[in-house]
Amino acid sequence: MAATDINAPAVGPSGIRPKHLTVGRVGLYLALTLAAIFFLAPLYVMIVTSLKSMDEIRQGNVIALPEAASLAAWTRAWAEACTGLRCEGIQVGFWNSVRILIPSLIVSIMAGSIVGYVLSYWKFRGSELFYGLLLFGAFVPYQIIIYPLIRVFSTIGLYGSLPAIVVIHTVLGLPIMVLIFRNFYSTLPSELFKAARIDGAGFFALYWYVLLPISKPIFVVALILQVTGIWNDFLLGLIFGGSENMPMTVQLNNIVATFQGEVEFNTNMAATMLTAIVPLAVYFVSGRWFVRGITQGAVKG
Amino acid sequence: MRLSSRITSRLVVSPFVVVAIFTFVLCVLWSAQLSFTSSKIFPAYDYVGFKQYTRLFANERWILSFQNMLIFGICLISGALVIGFLLAVMIDQSVKWESFWRTVFLYPNALSFVVTGLAWQWLLNPSLGLPELVRHLGWTDFKLNLLGEQKTALYAVSIAAVWQASGLVMALCLAGLRGIDGEIWKATRIDGVPRWKTYLHIVIPMLGPIFFTAIVLLSLSVVKGFDLVVAMTNGGPGTATEVPAKFVIDHIQIRANVGLAMAGATVMLISVVAALAPWVYVQKRRKEARG
Repeated sequence: MAATDINAPAVGPSGIRPKHLTVGRVGLYLALTLAAIFFLAPLYVMIVTSLKSMDEIRQGNVIALPEAASLAAWTRAWAEACTGLRCEGIQVGFWNSVRILIPSLIVSIMAGSIVGYVLSYWKFRGSELFYGLLLFGAFVPYQIIIYPLIRVFSTIGLYGSLPAIVVIHTVLGLPIMVLIFRNFYSTLPSELFKAARIDGAGFFALYWYVLLPISKPIFVVALILQVTGIWNDFLLGLIFGGSENMPMTVQLNNIVATFQGEVEFNTNMAATMLTAIVPLAVYFVSGRWFVRGITQGAVKG
Repeated sequence: MRLSSRITSRLVVSPFVVVAIFTFVLCVLWSAQLSFTSSKIFPAYDYVGFKQYTRLFANERWILSFQNMLIFGICLISGALVIGFLLAVMIDQSVKWESFWRTVFLYPNALSFVVTGLAWQWLLNPSLGLPELVRHLGWTDFKLNLLGEQKTALYAVSIAAVWQASGLVMALCLAGLRGIDGEIWKATRIDGVPRWKTYLHIVIPMLGPIFFTAIVLLSLSVVKGFDLVVAMTNGGPGTATEVPAKFVIDHIQIRANVGLAMAGATVMLISVVAALAPWVYVQKRRKEARG
């Protein structure tokens, strides 16, 4: 699909300097095309495999387009694929992930923005220390806190429940959410805040009427980060979700690991694609925002 | 009014402070404490000193896991840095369809490690994946079972990880390249310095902080690495791709040996702190330099 791209640059000038089709330019586009093939190959192979019949897959040409493309494997993956003895398809995991995602998103983003607001404008004794603690929390390996959290949730009888996994995502997402909101608020001019204070705005009024209206960009970044982060989570869902709230990633892994007789690669790849669709859609729709999200989430602090 | 707003802010933030202290201080300390006990499934408080640590470092699987983590880390970090940097440089040559290339190189970053692992597992399938394609093309006795061989499985996992992580490095480097003053390019062109020399001697040193950040981020994901291995090989074949993160989870969940698991987790934490320490130090120095 990228093959047509090689020839085109010669057509017109691009960038600042006028371009002629030099050997260097051809080499550049060739290298980019090869790289693009490397990056697109797994996605392409997943898609074509999911559209083939097992007979066709057995012929052994993974990159061939399907002779008779069919969505049969997709419907099987959605509604019939087996996890152990349960054969209700990956839809179970999909809806579990949706049920986990929505409350976790709302709570964690709200929490991040309000704590970020406090850390920017309402510094208290120890607030720098608190911020440092959150920074530590953003980097700490989950293995060192998982077992105590299991014990706590077992003690209060929430282990393996939906609220448990939502709380876990909120608490463990708090560091990164607070970091990005605090960083955003700290770039705003402080006059804004002072003026509103002089006008008599209180804690909530400031947040609601002054900050929220201008915070849309950072909410979008937070949303992108959390949707992909929570949807793609495996470890936390595996441990805290229990068998009733298994997120899609965990179920996907179980489906692929479960097989009697022949492995149904088409169903497996369809299930994999189904799991990838939500974050991919977020990625393709959000474009530059996604880049901003990952670089902000990654670099700042 | 002023006082009450301040009190409100304290009231609002205090539950989060409590939760953060509980999770990131008390839970960590609790885990560390349990590493000095012989806890099995439930916490026991019969202190055994450093016994779990001596056991840990006498445990072949742990040693292997730790070695694997280091090899995987070297492969992933060097691979992703080189590929990510080269991609950024190529895109920065005012190419056409810039956003197309960026989109293609970065999309794996949006995927779950489980998806990445399963996609590559299928691509590398020895009987029906890419090896079969090579046979199909006429090289009939071609054999390649990267994931099935103890010697190569870890490298197969590394390839998948590089595939997923390079885009992030590219995005970071591209942001860095765009921040470089255009005058530098003009000056070196007038002086007749070849482009590659400019990159080698001027641009790469200027991107130092970005490489540094990328290395820290990649190191963290190496230490935390769990999902990809579980999805792609589940530690196998044999124990060829076991990693510390999986060792700890297995010893909590399956082997019911919490004392040993917590010793492993503590060593993981120390590794992360060691990876972070230079970064924190540099950030702090930079802040001080700025005043």
